Amino acid sequence: MKPFAYLRAASVAEAVRESAARPGARFLGGGTNLVDLMKLGVESPGLLIDVSRLPLDRVTDTADGGLRIGATVRNSDLAAHPAVRTRYPALSQALLAGASGQLRNTATTGGNLLQRTRCPYFQDTSKPCNKREPGSGCPAREGAHRDLAVIGHSTECVATHPSDMAVALAALDAVVLLYGPDGERTVAVTEFHRLPGDDPSADTVIRPDEMITEVVLPPLPEGTVSLYRKARDRASFAFALASVAAVLRVREGRIEHAALAFGGLAHRPWRARTAEEALRGAPAGDAVYLSAVDAELAAARPLRDNAFKVTLARHLAVDALAALTTRA
Amino acid sequence: MEPTSRGRSGEGEGRAAGDRSTLTLNINGTDHTLTLDHRTTVLDTLRLHLGLTGAKKGCDHGQCGACTVLVDGRRANSCLLLAVAQDGARITTVEGLAADDRLHPLQEAFLERDALQCGYCTPGQICSGIGVLGEAQDGFPSHATAPTAPVTGPVALDAAEIRERMSGNLCRCGAYPRIVEAIGDVAS
Amino acid sequence: MTGVARYAAERNLPGCLYAWPVPATVPRGRVAAIRTADALALPGVHAVLTHENAPRTREPDDPILAVLQNDRVPHRGWQVALVVADTLEGARAGAEALDITYETAAHDAVLTADHDGLYTPETANGGYPAVRERGDVDRAFAAAPVQVDATYTIGPLHNHPMEPHATTALWSQDGRLTLYDSSQGATKVRDSLATVFGLRPDQVTVVSQHVGGGFGSKGTPRPQAVLAAMAALHTGRPVELAMPRRHMAAVVGHRAPTVQRVRLGASSDGTLTSVAHEISTHTSTVKEFVEQAAVPARVMYGSAHSRTVHRVAALDVPSPSWMRAPGEAPGMYALESAMDELASALGLDPVELRLRNDPAAEPDSGKPFSSRNLAACLRDGAARFGWNDRDPRPAVRREGPLLLGTGVAAATYPVYAAASHASAHAAPDGSYRIAVNATDIGTGARTVLAQIAAHVLETPVENVTVDIGDSDLPDAPLAGGSSGTASWGWSVHKAATALVERLGESSGPLPAAGVTVTADTTDETAEESPHARHAFGAHFAEVAVDSRTGEVRVRRMLGVFAAGHILNSRTGRSQFIGGMTMGLGMALTESSSLDPVFGDFTESDLASYHVPACADVTGLEAYWIDEDDPHLNPMGSKGIGEIGIVGAAAALGNAFHHATGVRLRTLPLAPDRVLSALR
Repeated sequence: MKPFAYLRAASVAEAVRESAARPGARFLGGGTNLVDLMKLGVESPGLLIDVSRLPLDRVTDTADGGLRIGATVRNSDLAAHPAVRTRYPALSQALLAGASGQLRNTATTGGNLLQRTRCPYFQDTSKPCNKREPGSGCPAREGAHRDLAVIGHSTECVATHPSDMAVALAALDAVVLLYGPDGERTVAVTEFHRLPGDDPSADTVIRPDEMITEVVLPPLPEGTVSLYRKARDRASFAFALASVAAVLRVREGRIEHAALAFGGLAHRPWRARTAEEALRGAPAGDAVYLSAVDAELAAARPLRDNAFKVTLARHLAVDALAALTTRA
Repeated sequence: MEPTSRGRSGEGEGRAAGDRSTLTLNINGTDHTLTLDHRTTVLDTLRLHLGLTGAKKGCDHGQCGACTVLVDGRRANSCLLLAVAQDGARITTVEGLAADDRLHPLQEAFLERDALQCGYCTPGQICSGIGVLGEAQDGFPSHATAPTAPVTGPVALDAAEIRERMSGNLCRCGAYPRIVEAIGDVAS
Repeated sequence: MTGVARYAAERNLPGCLYAWPVPATVPRGRVAAIRTADALALPGVHAVLTHENAPRTREPDDPILAVLQNDRVPHRGWQVALVVADTLEGARAGAEALDITYETAAHDAVLTADHDGLYTPETANGGYPAVRERGDVDRAFAAAPVQVDATYTIGPLHNHPMEPHATTALWSQDGRLTLYDSSQGATKVRDSLATVFGLRPDQVTVVSQHVGGGFGSKGTPRPQAVLAAMAALHTGRPVELAMPRRHMAAVVGHRAPTVQRVRLGASSDGTLTSVAHEISTHTSTVKEFVEQAAVPARVMYGSAHSRTVHRVAALDVPSPSWMRAPGEAPGMYALESAMDELASALGLDPVELRLRNDPAAEPDSGKPFSSRNLAACLRDGAARFGWNDRDPRPAVRREGPLLLGTGVAAATYPVYAAASHASAHAAPDGSYRIAVNATDIGTGARTVLAQIAAHVLETPVENVTVDIGDSDLPDAPLAGGSSGTASWGWSVHKAATALVERLGESSGPLPAAGVTVTADTTDETAEESPHARHAFGAHFAEVAVDSRTGEVRVRRMLGVFAAGHILNSRTGRSQFIGGMTMGLGMALTESSSLDPVFGDFTESDLASYHVPACADVTGLEAYWIDEDDPHLNPMGSKGIGEIGIVGAAAALGNAFHHATGVRLRTLPLAPDRVLSALR
């Protein structure tokens, strides 16, 4: 780890200004991923701008019945928030399925969205990685990729996004508020994370010196139910092999609204638009769910050792929808 | 349940020139003002600068829980906390749990249940266990909490809850069953 | 408990420097050049040790200790430099600032069952002959009416004790070396380091008072002990070196992968007529270590015809070493899985199959067993577990998406004991002090040794103080091979007995200095026993297999062990449960692989190498049958530290088969394999 300067920002505007003034600066939230990566030499900022004490630590109702989540709200606080538990259970469950109690107490909402991949080659600076060092190559395609992407990957990168929380946010149509040198803008969570394409170095569409200030959840109509399911290598404290966040509203046996997002499959939380299209207006039932999910996963291009993820994702999604149907 | 402000006594203007800062940490009730390299973690501050080696370094990456301490009453992996960012924080380590030479009830329970073997993960287990007791009391749910459970009020800590909540603390000796029992003893 | 116990990297010595090792980043080759100027220019960096400037050492007893002596890179992760600085941050930054170039050579890191490099060594670990053959196994197998021919595969596994390997080293003005080392045996570390640095053993002191687990990986000194001592010599300051977790897999040893072919031939009543167990494994080019996985087949079941063979290939990989029950743990996974397959083929209850093949004498040696209570363990375990009501049909128990099943497997572990010294001291105030350089790696050695002494001295245990963990104490063997308590306890027993005699010889008050006697068990432990001496056990397990996610979780595991006289039920139970937990990891969660391209372990941290977490461990119970075996040692004990892992993975694998009807022969039973198998 190289020496770095440290600044505790007094305001969002100051944080952004200082970042713009100092190339190589990074915002520090909980630090659970950034400090980890600094120790690995993957990140080596010259300046850390500590934004963890900015007054962005509130969860408040929006006027239209949605929820506004400050970027520095800790994962455990967000998971425990009564409004999240009652109105957006998929989000609470996703948070609680991730990491450990200690990490959730420290990690922030904004930082969780900005987590970087757990690809073993990305984490090892002695090896090539197009994400870490553009143009150096991707050994994972032929190497260790059992835990990596099956859909939406490119020849340049097969990394997966590790967050559970982001998967739920994607299914819940959350919006990210960003503040940067050019002011404020909003990006849907589903558009926030990128596919690798020919430039895997950027995980997200965040611009230089922009910071996440809030995440906003839109209201869900009466009768909407949601949940999060995750499969992993041990019973707790492990990243997802695959996961699904499902949101469903059924009226008189017909699917009025369905949103599905997969974790562990792709470079970003994979919002299953094709499946949703097939589900909308269709009669609720296992056969419909299976064909809709299969339509989505037809686009999967598993690698040598991770085809099981496609099966796993299919089962998780179909079962999640079936479980929600009994509640809807 | 509303998140509390993270404002702290040590909060002040944050500009720090160079790569070192002077900061104050309240450790086990005593203020320590230190000038530290920004790279220094809370764990290394405790172990190398203050001689408090109770918090252990098992992985240094937040993957084992041996370094768990309580920060402002909540458990955290001290290996991932930069000391400079914790200026003003109130930190409790395993050395600070006993009061007036009386062990904390959870320390007593660990002894009673023989909930340790090599002892290296134990300080982290105990600090984490104390965090778990507080979190359950404060109504924080876990992955093991039924989605239909009430969203306010304390969570009852049965064995499944304890196992899930303690999964951030690895024990290679396999003392888990007794650790769960010890925490259960204090919870009930 | 209160944080006061000091481990090896917690000495806070005045003037202490911190060292950060630098692993090679090529899988094979040589260091062409190391540019150290940038690192040395960093504030606080005191030294960079490389093969060019490190102290020259003598040839070590273990080649892994020959660090920084030449430019050779035998495998990725081999340490090629050490940066020493006045802060940990500085040392790490110095390591990052080194500019190292390599000449690389072609490498081969992947073991296959038919690897060209496989050869038959003379011996396997433990000194066992690599090959043993009895009768005509091929003919007997061919003639057997019921046959099982199956191949089982286990990848590399890592010990990962919670305390990383660590050493604090300092030299005195008169050339004495003191090491605070996280080790399983300070006498062994002292002797090895004395050899390496050309010192007499009495010029070296090794302290291992508190050790955060080892599971074999700290059985003998590891490179960090030599590196720390070199750095302290080079700088003239105390030096602390705690291994970064991610570096460990490459330099502290691992359980070697095995490909095991088992062929069992049986008559239709289940009597085994032939047992063949042939294993392939890897070692490094640094040294030959052969996981003795076929050895338990020489002990377990009677059969007229038998062949047990080890073959090994020296690959460009990190050196394997001991991991809890080397040989027995992987070997019994294969043998006990094959026994389950045989039971299925016969339509015979797997407990009954084992009972029918329980021999009176050790099959390989023909020696009678000093005690063998496998049958009692099986029967007792079956009763406790509720095995006797079991429906043998596979894949018929469902709870929603979960498939439930139960399985059984046997366990065995040899009885070892090594020569040990101890002293016993009686003080005028009526208290006693025992000194023996034993190590407590989490086994409760202090407690049990005090108990042994108190028993002989006929005094309350509180009246006995035990000093361990320091090589200036009477020499003792390491905590390994489940032999610590037997070896140390024997010498403590002998010293305490001699002290009782001595005290009986004189009357009146003790001299002010008290009375001290010493004991040495070299003669007793060297005696060849006419008996085959082993501990045995039986595991019963229930698993739930999620047919939709492929997740396999333990519902309960129950072990019954026959391991001589259990000296302390509290710590004994913890040893059994701990072993079973590691067996759970071996079966279900722990997976490591060698990267063919880069030559290192892909799973190098605790986020990717999944040791069982608290949530994985449910319903574990351990029981034992107290044996009265007069052919062991004065305490009548067998080792208990390792047998808990032996057979545990097989019981879980067999339960998986009972749950699903599918036989998986590769560990771990992780979702990728399970989902593929259940399709």
